[in-house]
Amino acid sequence: MPKKVENVGCPYCGVCCDDLVVTVSDDGKKILEVENACAIGNQIFHHATGGERIRLPRLRQPDGSYKDISYDEAVDYAAKVLHNAKKPLIYGFGSTNCEGMAAAAKVAEKAGAVLDNCASICHGSSFLAIFDNGYPSCTLGETKNRADVIVYWGANPAHAHPRHMSRYSIFPRGFFTGKGHKSRKIIVIDPRHTDTAQVADIYLQVKQGYDYDLFNAFRTAARGHEIPKEVAGIKREQILEVVEIMKKARFGTIFYGMGLCHSDGRNHNVDIAISLTRDLNDFTKWTIMAMRGHYNITGPGAVWSWQYGYPYCLDLTKKDIAYMNPGETSSVDLAMRDEVDAFFNVGTDAGAHFPIEAVKHLKKHPWITVDPNICMASEISDLHIPVGIVGVEVPGIVYRMDNVPIQYRKVIDPPEGVISDEELFERIHKRLCELEAEEAAKGQVKAVPEGIRAESEP
Amino acid sequence: MANRITLNMITQRSIEEGVAMEKGKTTPEYFEACSIIEMHDDDVKALGLVPNQLVRVTSECGSVVVKAVKGRQSLYPGLAFIPQGVWANQVVPPRTQATGEPQYSGFPATVEPVNGERRKSALELVQGAVGLWRGDQ
Repeated sequence: MPKKVENVGCPYCGVCCDDLVVTVSDDGKKILEVENACAIGNQIFHHATGGERIRLPRLRQPDGSYKDISYDEAVDYAAKVLHNAKKPLIYGFGSTNCEGMAAAAKVAEKAGAVLDNCASICHGSSFLAIFDNGYPSCTLGETKNRADVIVYWGANPAHAHPRHMSRYSIFPRGFFTGKGHKSRKIIVIDPRHTDTAQVADIYLQVKQGYDYDLFNAFRTAARGHEIPKEVAGIKREQILEVVEIMKKARFGTIFYGMGLCHSDGRNHNVDIAISLTRDLNDFTKWTIMAMRGHYNITGPGAVWSWQYGYPYCLDLTKKDIAYMNPGETSSVDLAMRDEVDAFFNVGTDAGAHFPIEAVKHLKKHPWITVDPNICMASEISDLHIPVGIVGVEVPGIVYRMDNVPIQYRKVIDPPEGVISDEELFERIHKRLCELEAEEAAKGQVKAVPEGIRAESEP
Repeated sequence: MANRITLNMITQRSIEEGVAMEKGKTTPEYFEACSIIEMHDDDVKALGLVPNQLVRVTSECGSVVVKAVKGRQSLYPGLAFIPQGVWANQVVPPRTQATGEPQYSGFPATVEPVNGERRKSALELVQGAVGLWRGDQ
């Protein structure tokens, strides 16, 4: 008899819906039905058992084709690539669990690699702004239960976080927001009249790339100073109207997205958004939150900050000294300057989502993809290692976009023989240690530049 | 009627791209969801395009052929949109303003109608860029 698994977490976006109900066939091998998920989450579960999966690592042959190899051979190949590279880059982690991220960090430290995650091309600007200016944020539960004014700025949850509005911001009835949508004002600010803008009470069509100017006008108006007749394509009267709504709110949250981080200004756009939030706290309670993309892209920031003190763009090439400097140690910049000589694509698809120029640079060197599925990265790799799908076949901890950790469960077993990211990286780490020991026995220990080890170390 | 116009390009997620991506980037759904461009009617008229006509989009770092479609989410004149993904990233400049983040949104791109050309598949574009494309597989 088919089995229903309740309270399943969704491995798609940063909303981390944990109310899915998944029906699994009586032999436990096929996903029959997924309830409560959005169109994208639904697809992830059905895709897991709906078609052919890659069950063995595949190694690129001289004629360009792939040949199946064993996991032991793949682990050996991957470890040797890392061992022989001067500065390998291990990037991705949008779609895996914290256990896998911690294991990968062990590998990066042992190999002397640069360790980076998808925030590098997504909300990395937010980290920079938060370092500079703080993060007056809250949990999604607080927004649901308290907020009567919601701002979506440069974010389009109707497409990118399909259940964000129904679970946390616009529609739900919370403890102090019993009237749900009726008791809330929704403000959407975006250059496009998006599907999210369709549900707004007020929509401001900001001129693309001029968000900073508009934030500045909001701050100026909130302090009672004069502003020009028009700023960033928005009339003064509209700006004043929105500022008044914000000042009179009981509790407000600004959710912002890639419209700020991908446009001119980057971290400065986020910086001034945080400043506006702080200013508004002179009048009432306001909070701000980054619309983090993948379900556990908040995870590497949490895990690696705990391990090394930095959330992304981690240069571990000196092994016992962690260093971070986006622009220098960020994946796309490293690629464009040809500063790395091996690339690990883990739980993401740099082949599809990096600018093609960066892909071309990275492909000059060994490229290894760790991912359950066929993607652009896997199809240009030298080695593709399949792993189980977190949240479907592999349990683990993930961090929601508001930094709340959630324990995800699995609903089916991975295809026979397919291992998890965590197990894979533990095995690569073990093999790296063996390679180091073999070299040490031969007296060929990798030279470490003088002056970078702690003095107390022998 | 202009032969080509320069627009301000943005590339972001669409739900069609998200669903198709999870189904697989080699599927027809992903191809149809991502190999498109949306523009304002004024710009479509300026180029004299008929619905679903193919256009070449060229930026400072590359060029790609996509299909001009009428989107549900409207833009203002001068602004254009390609969903994030393989086709968008043929023209996204890798410059990062020292943050690590490429210029995914807000870069100039020229758009011109093409005849006798076709949209390339995702695999052809990506494998072709790195010398691995071996013809239709």
